[in-house]
Amino acid sequence: MTMQRAAAVLLLILLAPAQSFAQIREGERIEIGLSTDRVSITSDFAGANLTIFGALDNADPLISRQGRYDIIVVLEGPPQVVVVRKKSRVLGMWINTQSVAFQDVPASYSVAMTRAPQDITDAENYKRLALRPGNIHLKPLNPDGEPRTIQEFTAALRARKEAVGLYVELVGGVQFLSQNLFRATLKLAPNVSVGTHKARAFLFRNGVFVQETSAALTIRKAGLEQRIFDFAHQQSLLYGIAAVLLAILTGWLGRMVFKKD
Amino acid sequence: MLGSQLFRVSRVGIYLPIAEMSVNMVILLAMGGAVGFLSGMFGVGGGFLITPLLIFYNVPPAIAVATGANQVIASSFSGALAHFKRGTLDVKLGCVLLAGGIVGSSLGVTVFAYLRSLGQLDLIVSLLYVAFLGSVGGLMMVESLNAIRRARGGNRISLKKPGQHNWVHRLPLKMRFRASKIFVSVIPVLALGAIIGFLASIMGVGGGFIMVPALIYLLKVPTNVVIGTSLFQIIFVAAFTTVMHSTANQTVDVVLAFLLMVGGVAGAQYGARVGQKLRGEQLRALLAALVLAVALRLAFDLFVEPESLYSLGDIAA
Repeated sequence: MTMQRAAAVLLLILLAPAQSFAQIREGERIEIGLSTDRVSITSDFAGANLTIFGALDNADPLISRQGRYDIIVVLEGPPQVVVVRKKSRVLGMWINTQSVAFQDVPASYSVAMTRAPQDITDAENYKRLALRPGNIHLKPLNPDGEPRTIQEFTAALRARKEAVGLYVELVGGVQFLSQNLFRATLKLAPNVSVGTHKARAFLFRNGVFVQETSAALTIRKAGLEQRIFDFAHQQSLLYGIAAVLLAILTGWLGRMVFKKD
Repeated sequence: MLGSQLFRVSRVGIYLPIAEMSVNMVILLAMGGAVGFLSGMFGVGGGFLITPLLIFYNVPPAIAVATGANQVIASSFSGALAHFKRGTLDVKLGCVLLAGGIVGSSLGVTVFAYLRSLGQLDLIVSLLYVAFLGSVGGLMMVESLNAIRRARGGNRISLKKPGQHNWVHRLPLKMRFRASKIFVSVIPVLALGAIIGFLASIMGVGGGFIMVPALIYLLKVPTNVVIGTSLFQIIFVAAFTTVMHSTANQTVDVVLAFLLMVGGVAGAQYGARVGQKLRGEQLRALLAALVLAVALRLAFDLFVEPESLYSLGDIAA
């Protein structure tokens, strides 16, 4: 017992200088900031480019000059429940026959990186950090399903999200402006989900992961769009009647404008 | 320097608050205009065209159905006004049809909810579309082509042949509809209204594409009166559907509907004028071709292997 304790103390003493030494050497810190933590979707919104600026503190000038620092910035949409349905042929018709529901699926996942992914670090690191669309954790709502089915539907979910441009990677999307400053450009799709998005930045040095930092970004509808949405949900009967009256008024005005005969 | 900036990509895009997506304004106006033109020409609300078109344009189906119903009101109202001024609208016949229609619609909404709880609602709706559009379009096409052939042969034959009555005309409780120049029992009129109201609420359409041929072939109402009367009845069925969808599902997008309406109302005026110049059988042949084309497109989706077997949806759909 005492022997073990003594051994542990000895080990700590031996490790301490190594640890402090490591702190001095690996002192790089990455920071990102958003000048606004809110993006309002106005009526003329048709998608947008989101630019995030960031800084690298305590960067080693030698490694900077050699271009051995790499940065990956991810903008992750709010988590959602998604149902993946599969069609199969029944009596000659293609009908939804199977479905698997997933929870906490990021609505969107867009990645910007300084270089091609294989040049930054290896697949094992990406997997460990749950980085890149292929490594997002996708959990089925009902975990007791057959593993092969779940595997098939997980792959299909990723493929569909990629096909509609919601899970994207942009090589060269992060650029160094100087030794310490960088800029990441990410795309907000026209059908971007409203809610809290999370921007995360990962710093790599010589292919080794150093640090991660994050910032939140709220995407919401602008005043009028939000009011229409609230009206439709809170006073749905009145909203329906208003929609009917608007249609009748438009029809009548149209008749007045185009009346020639 | 730390910060972020937003750059606008394009200015023709418009954001839909209920559908929660950005769409191209010009495309929607053109879509509304094209459908409005056809609806003014044929006296159909255009619901059976606008709903599939919106779905092809990636608008969620629930929103496409409800918003389609809303837009149909505008073009039908505008078209019905034009027919009312011209005296080609039988208000009395329209009201009797409507009385049946309200009963049918209420029943339809209940069945809709039941089908939805069973799942596979989309499939049932698709099958109904293919079956009804296919058979109505096919029958109309055969009849109108025969009529055109006879007209080319020299002897003009009107659909309303005096003395030729079918079983419909032997039913009791007869009522005279002056504008339509018919004297029939109210039973088939009410039943027709009810059936159409029922199908309309399940399929999310006004029902004009069933109403027009039924009035022509079953009740022998003259084609020119049929169009105005059908539009008159569609206004109310579509209004009822809009309010129902708004209260039950909150799926009516007024911004989307308004864009479609503006295009549709303009299109309907020109469509009505072109419709006046065409002869009855030509008009019917064109409508039949249109109905068949939509049926084929939907059947194609049902029977041809899709590009991807998988689709994503939310838990409610």
